[in-house]
Amino acid sequence: MTTVSMTLNGKKVSANVEDRTLLVHYIREAQNLTGTHVGCDTSQCGACVVHVNGEAVKSCSMLAVQANGADVTTVEGLASGGELHPVQAAFREHHGLQCGFCTPGMIMTAVDMIRRHGANLDEKTIRHELEGNICRCTGYHNIVKAIKAAADQMAAMKTAAE
Amino acid sequence: MYETHYHRAASVADAAAQMEKAEDGKYLSGGQTLIPTMKQRLAAPSDLIDLRHIADMKGISEEGGAVKIGAATSHNAVATSPVVQRLIPGLAALAGGIGDPAVRHMGTIGGSISNNDPAADYPSALIALGATVTTNQRSLSAEDFFTGMFDTALDEGEIVTSVSFPVPEKSAYSKYPNPASRYAMAGVFVAKGKDGAVKVAVTGAGQNGVFRVEEMESALSSNWSSDAVAGISVSADDLLSDIHGSAEYRANLVTVMAKRAVAAA
Repeated sequence: MTTVSMTLNGKKVSANVEDRTLLVHYIREAQNLTGTHVGCDTSQCGACVVHVNGEAVKSCSMLAVQANGADVTTVEGLASGGELHPVQAAFREHHGLQCGFCTPGMIMTAVDMIRRHGANLDEKTIRHELEGNICRCTGYHNIVKAIKAAADQMAAMKTAAE
Repeated sequence: MYETHYHRAASVADAAAQMEKAEDGKYLSGGQTLIPTMKQRLAAPSDLIDLRHIADMKGISEEGGAVKIGAATSHNAVATSPVVQRLIPGLAALAGGIGDPAVRHMGTIGGSISNNDPAADYPSALIALGATVTTNQRSLSAEDFFTGMFDTALDEGEIVTSVSFPVPEKSAYSKYPNPASRYAMAGVFVAKGKDGAVKVAVTGAGQNGVFRVEEMESALSSNWSSDAVAGISVSADDLLSDIHGSAEYRANLVTVMAKRAVAAA
């Protein structure tokens, strides 16, 4: 057992877990944040994507202890002051989901890709960037639309702020 | 996953010392193969020694006509590095096509080559570019490093610390990814060195891991064009054959990927 501490959605947390505990289980079971999902057992589906030190990673393919001391953000950490994050708002607006199971991972991946590509995101890039996220309802069309809309909106907000 | 004990190494020497003490230890880098393998209970190391936080093993620099990449450097860092993009764009493109974005944030070049998955992308680049692998004990050529499927020249406890790629005249990589796993069914890296030497290395297709196609190399030496390799096919005898594709199918893919890589270089 190891005491694993991290900053989770801006809050310092700590828990005593086995070294073999996956980050996703630490988040869901030790910290009771169940927005991060487990959708497969093979590291392929991306429902568990979170940000570790600002970068999207699959929390099912990382031990909690590997993230000891890191800054971790889950889907619960995106909204601020009761306002949805622009990506969350765009998924609602464009109905970027069917059953919703893959949505937390899709949103965390989308936020990461917008961070890296900014307003340059086109449909082809979005589809390529979604390679590690599987929607079993095959509702990709609206997911892509939502990400494009959010990227455009966030770029406009950035320009307005400047 | 079976029980294991995690150790975060502070330095290369510390990692080697931890490994000495471990009963059945394994080095952990990005873990994008090792952790899923442990989840499936196909691997059960008693101890994991994490190399990803060793500062000496990270970073990319230009050194005497070569690009040196620390073994714990992520695929994303290689793909987005201005140095790699400027000097070896084929290598940056290869790194940007490994797995998916989340995998590229975690996975490292040292981890990838030490595992030597026959469908991994990096081995083809190391062979075609004539890279040198440096460990905590020695330096060796890529040709000597890769010894077969999931097999390398690394001794027990030896750690890859960096890989150095001579800057080529031109290079490119083209792969046909398996539509489900995204691993290469066949990936071809072509490179023309500053000295004019041409190398063609194939990953994903060979039963013994990465291999060179000398017939394509000599054809490209006299005529660098897609047409020069269009009529050259590799023998299907030593190629992988599985549910994803027969050896003959992969042999055809090798020629097609070689043509595309030459056109892209």
